[in-house]
Amino acid sequence: MPFTYLPVLVMIGLATAMAIGALFMSFIFRPRNPYREKLSPWECGMEPVGEANRGHFRVHFFIIAILFIVFDVETLFLFPWATILTEKGLSMFVFVEMIIFIAVLALGLIYAWVKGALEWV
Amino acid sequence: MMPDISIILETLLIVVKAFIVTMVLFVMPLPLTWLERKIAGHIQVRLGPWRVGPHGVLQPFADMIKLILKEDILPYKADRFLFVLAPVLSMVPAFAVYAAIPFGESFKIPGIEREMTLYLTDMNVGVLYILAVSGLGVYGMIFGGWASNSKYALLGGLRSSAQMISYEIALSFASIGVVMMANSLSLVDIVKAQGGSLLNWNIFYLPVGPIWFAVFMIGGFAESSRIPFDLPEDEGTLSSGFHTEYSGMKFAFFMLAEYIAMVTISVLSVIMFFGGWNAPFNIPLPIPPIFWFVGKVAFFIYVFMWVRFTLPRYRYDQLMNIGWKILIPVSLVNILLTGFMRIG
Repeated sequence: MPFTYLPVLVMIGLATAMAIGALFMSFIFRPRNPYREKLSPWECGMEPVGEANRGHFRVHFFIIAILFIVFDVETLFLFPWATILTEKGLSMFVFVEMIIFIAVLALGLIYAWVKGALEWV
Repeated sequence: MMPDISIILETLLIVVKAFIVTMVLFVMPLPLTWLERKIAGHIQVRLGPWRVGPHGVLQPFADMIKLILKEDILPYKADRFLFVLAPVLSMVPAFAVYAAIPFGESFKIPGIEREMTLYLTDMNVGVLYILAVSGLGVYGMIFGGWASNSKYALLGGLRSSAQMISYEIALSFASIGVVMMANSLSLVDIVKAQGGSLLNWNIFYLPVGPIWFAVFMIGGFAESSRIPFDLPEDEGTLSSGFHTEYSGMKFAFFMLAEYIAMVTISVLSVIMFFGGWNAPFNIPLPIPPIFWFVGKVAFFIYVFMWVRFTLPRYRYDQLMNIGWKILIPVSLVNILLTGFMRIG
């Protein structure tokens, strides 16, 4: 199947070309009148205070990101299982196996829940 | 060595089809914005856009011209490279998803005896590809939020990314449910497995089908950051979220990505749960399958707009609770239930 993944490349190329074309169109037609007040970050009309992207953010977002990696990898493991589930002679075995797998993960979710990793207030 | 003539023809066909799909997607937000504002107007008992053209149908074109002619503001504190890259990065994956989406089966071109498929490619990992590529859109949001170097944008970007990754898990689980029902990751196979009549559609695979659909729809609303889950753009607390500092064409790209995400979720719910291009009944009339597909997708787009002007917005902790404490446990139980039904 040499053509299975070619459309992906073509699609990405066309979309990028469209984006650059639209930016170029606007580059030709748009006015230019910048001054310092206009270019300052928007803070409800006040003088901007300090830098925003120093990396100060709530650590909770980081915990959510870690949990996401665990569960996203889990779903990846479930995909091949889901495709062979009804194959003869195999189904009971993989089903029991997956019950164990999901139980372990549910335990992980319960642990995170009890530890308060999912609380936001 | 001369390449085979059929290979050249095949490549040309792919390019033409990809061009048509890209063009349709690129102009899609024009009717959709008009429709959305019109529906908003009628739901709230007012007229909606009215002045530009009859019933305001030319309003989106006026908006487009306005967006092209707007000055492009690049904040002096911003990271210039990432600031320009972010809108493109959120727009391109939204388009790339459509490389794997089937709009219909193949048909014979009249005149020449040649089969033409109504999809760009039928991957054997279609569902996985769509989940992966649509997940890339998060980068655009988080880069946009960070590169603006503005407090509102940074908070909006963080919120968006946390929301997207939380609900992506629910979305993947719902896709696994569908894969279990169809035994294939290819979207064409998933649609074919639902052929025949209404009762073969995955939504009617009782009792688990409707639960999967609910999980998928809630996840989809959150993924496309629409009301009731549009926390990233909560104007009451965050002004405009990660695209606070964006203007003109770059802002338009973010909006484009958002509208295409909405269309993608509608298309996917039709393909995965509502039988794709299959007719609901055996109708003896020669209605082309693409008609059913477009009709179903249009209905779901309407549902998105209907919900937007009916429901209020959730709080952020409620959003996270729904994602992690309701959708994921429900999906885990539902996976076991579906597996039990499939092998039983």
